[in-house]
Amino acid sequence: MQEHDMAWVRTEMALAQPAPPSERGAYAWVRKNLVGSVGDIILTVLGIAIVAWIVPQVVNWAFINAQWTGPDRTVCTTAAQGGIQPEGWTGACWAFVNAKFGQFMFGTYPIEERWRPILVAILFVALLVPMLIPRVPRKGLNAILLFVVLPIVAFFLLLGGVFGLPVVETSRWGGLLVTLSLSFVGIAVSLPMGIVLALGRRSKMPIIKWLCIVFIETVRGIPLITVLFFASVMLPLFLPAGVTFDKYLRALIGVSLFAAAYMAEVVRGGLQAIPKGQYEGADSLGLGYWQKMSLIVLPQALKLVIPGIVNTFIGMFKDTSLVLIISMFDLLGVVKQNFADPNWATPQTPKSGLIFAAFVFWLFCFGMSRYSMYTERRLDTGYKR
Amino acid sequence: MTSQEILREEPSRGSFINDPRIRSLFFQTLVVILVFGSIWWIVNNVIENLQRLHIASGFGFLRSRAGFDISDTPIAYTSDSSYFRALVVGLLNTIIVAVVGIVLATIVGFTVGIGRLSQNWLIRKICTVYVEIFRNIPPLLVIFFWYSGVLAVLPPPRESYHLPFGSFLNQRGFYFPRAVWGDGSWLIAVAFLLALAMAWFVARKARQRQMSTGQQFPVFWTSVALIVGLPLLAFLLAGMPLTLDFPKQSTFNLTGGFWVKPEFLSLLLALSFYTAAFIAEIVRAGIRGVSKGQTEAAGALGLRSGPILRLVVVPQAMRIVIPPLTSQYLNLTKNSSLAIAIGYPDLTATAGTVLNQTGQAVEGVFIMMIAYLVLSLVTSAVMNVVNAKMALVER
Repeated sequence: MQEHDMAWVRTEMALAQPAPPSERGAYAWVRKNLVGSVGDIILTVLGIAIVAWIVPQVVNWAFINAQWTGPDRTVCTTAAQGGIQPEGWTGACWAFVNAKFGQFMFGTYPIEERWRPILVAILFVALLVPMLIPRVPRKGLNAILLFVVLPIVAFFLLLGGVFGLPVVETSRWGGLLVTLSLSFVGIAVSLPMGIVLALGRRSKMPIIKWLCIVFIETVRGIPLITVLFFASVMLPLFLPAGVTFDKYLRALIGVSLFAAAYMAEVVRGGLQAIPKGQYEGADSLGLGYWQKMSLIVLPQALKLVIPGIVNTFIGMFKDTSLVLIISMFDLLGVVKQNFADPNWATPQTPKSGLIFAAFVFWLFCFGMSRYSMYTERRLDTGYKR
Repeated sequence: MTSQEILREEPSRGSFINDPRIRSLFFQTLVVILVFGSIWWIVNNVIENLQRLHIASGFGFLRSRAGFDISDTPIAYTSDSSYFRALVVGLLNTIIVAVVGIVLATIVGFTVGIGRLSQNWLIRKICTVYVEIFRNIPPLLVIFFWYSGVLAVLPPPRESYHLPFGSFLNQRGFYFPRAVWGDGSWLIAVAFLLALAMAWFVARKARQRQMSTGQQFPVFWTSVALIVGLPLLAFLLAGMPLTLDFPKQSTFNLTGGFWVKPEFLSLLLALSFYTAAFIAEIVRAGIRGVSKGQTEAAGALGLRSGPILRLVVVPQAMRIVIPPLTSQYLNLTKNSSLAIAIGYPDLTATAGTVLNQTGQAVEGVFIMMIAYLVLSLVTSAVMNVVNAKMALVER
């Protein structure tokens, strides 16, 4: 037996040592993230200055000095302006939002009929929540209920005229009700329409392809306001004399067409990312065009472009605020309309109302973008190229 | 029959219904009939409706008197001018707000985007908060916020805020000194152009020298010295022909100086801050899209962090950034049409007024669409040139 050169061989692993004190704890974190170099120190000081300048002002205005309840403008105005506040007071006038909350939500929908939009909202949430939670079964039935049955039920419930419900004209709808219903129908219409347009644009039939290209590029090249103008001024001219069109419906058509063109480009991106082998594989299995698309290509393509689709939804949700230009009153429109109320006209009213509206819009958009990030992670198959 | 011929022969499809060519022909014919049929129906209805409402058609109205005033006029315009001139004024206003907005949004967006990748935790968080707030709020709301929330509640002219450099801020807008160029100012312009040409020449020479000898030349600082120095020299030689016209406070208003109206200011601020949030995300994604190996390889070649950023990371990041950046520029241009909500006379607003006055909706909407399409195409074309410059040059 040969002698070992080494006198001693270690047989078990050495215990892991903790990181040196300079690399852990709050001190190391501060050193690494805030004061790493001279430039870093300057940036940190700058950052602290920005925060110290903005945050106290915002907190003071929005919470400490804010007026939460009150009967009219006196609570939000200084003595010189005819109110009860001391000279130099600035603060949010949440009392205005509080007093107008019903209008912000429903517009001028009759108060005794407001249970109808509330019921629709409850149904919507009850169908939406199981749709969003991946573990809940029966997604197909749920989708049909949400995207087909609910709009029909909501239409009759909101508009009335059946089952003894009094008719509520769409001109009386307003506020968040209009914002949400416009964007929901827009979403439900624009996605299938966008898919059809995207397929058309990639079709081998030249006429269909060019029609789709012309439509998509024209709509994408002009602002939504122009589309809404088009819908509100020109659609009535397009129809035979005597046939009139509801203004709400016109806005709905405009918004949906606009979103569909953007959706088509997003979906096309996904279709282009699917390798040719998938198309050929489907062909070799003997699948027809629609089978190939619906069973093989679209499920993969749509999964790839979920972020883009949700971004389009968010964009559309924000864009519904533009209907106020064709004098419809969505959330932003109602808020703005109420600035003119002499009972509440104060220097703080516009800012408070707009920040409230911004907060509502922000909640929905931020929620959508977070949900899309979650879905992206969940559907990530790990086959990243 | 040889086996070759058997292979070449079209497989039998049983019936002509299953022939893809016939199917394709059939569906296309169907679509053409449907589309042109509905277009014919619509055109017919439009003609009928126009006749019934006694609305003239054609573009003849463009030559008649407009009869309305426009608050911001970059070119001479009175209510006696023609509709055509009114539309041109609107178009120019759109272009002005779009160009200034694009520049401002790019500056803010790149700053915030780089800030989100900063080593510094505080800066990173501030930039994230900014992006998350502005991305999720409708631009129209931001415009209203600046217009009725901030600018409208500023003090009246008598109690204007005095800002540095003799500028003022009040309810009626922002006033700053206007530069008045005296005699001999052309010398400065000539010097500036000369400096640009010389800087271009120096850059070319320096590049040639580096290619042949490997020696570098401080191109950047030379160019800065040329572009700043030569006009300055010309300015002194011409006897300093520049005077500043400061805005002066009178009893009820401010006179003199350059006046930026609150409509323009709120539109500009809102559009640029809104778009900047999106640009920031694009820039962040672009820089993160350059793989770490590139930075490390450049480091291994002995480059310092400055040249690594300038020569390796940024050129590659720009390739990722430019296409989505283009669509943000287009979005900003299209969003400038929101001006109508606060009464800034852009193209949509003036065309809307023209449309209401003449009742010629078809022509009005048509003009609007064409103008925006052309603007979009021009912006895309410019950005495509930039993109081609930045694109990967492969063998």
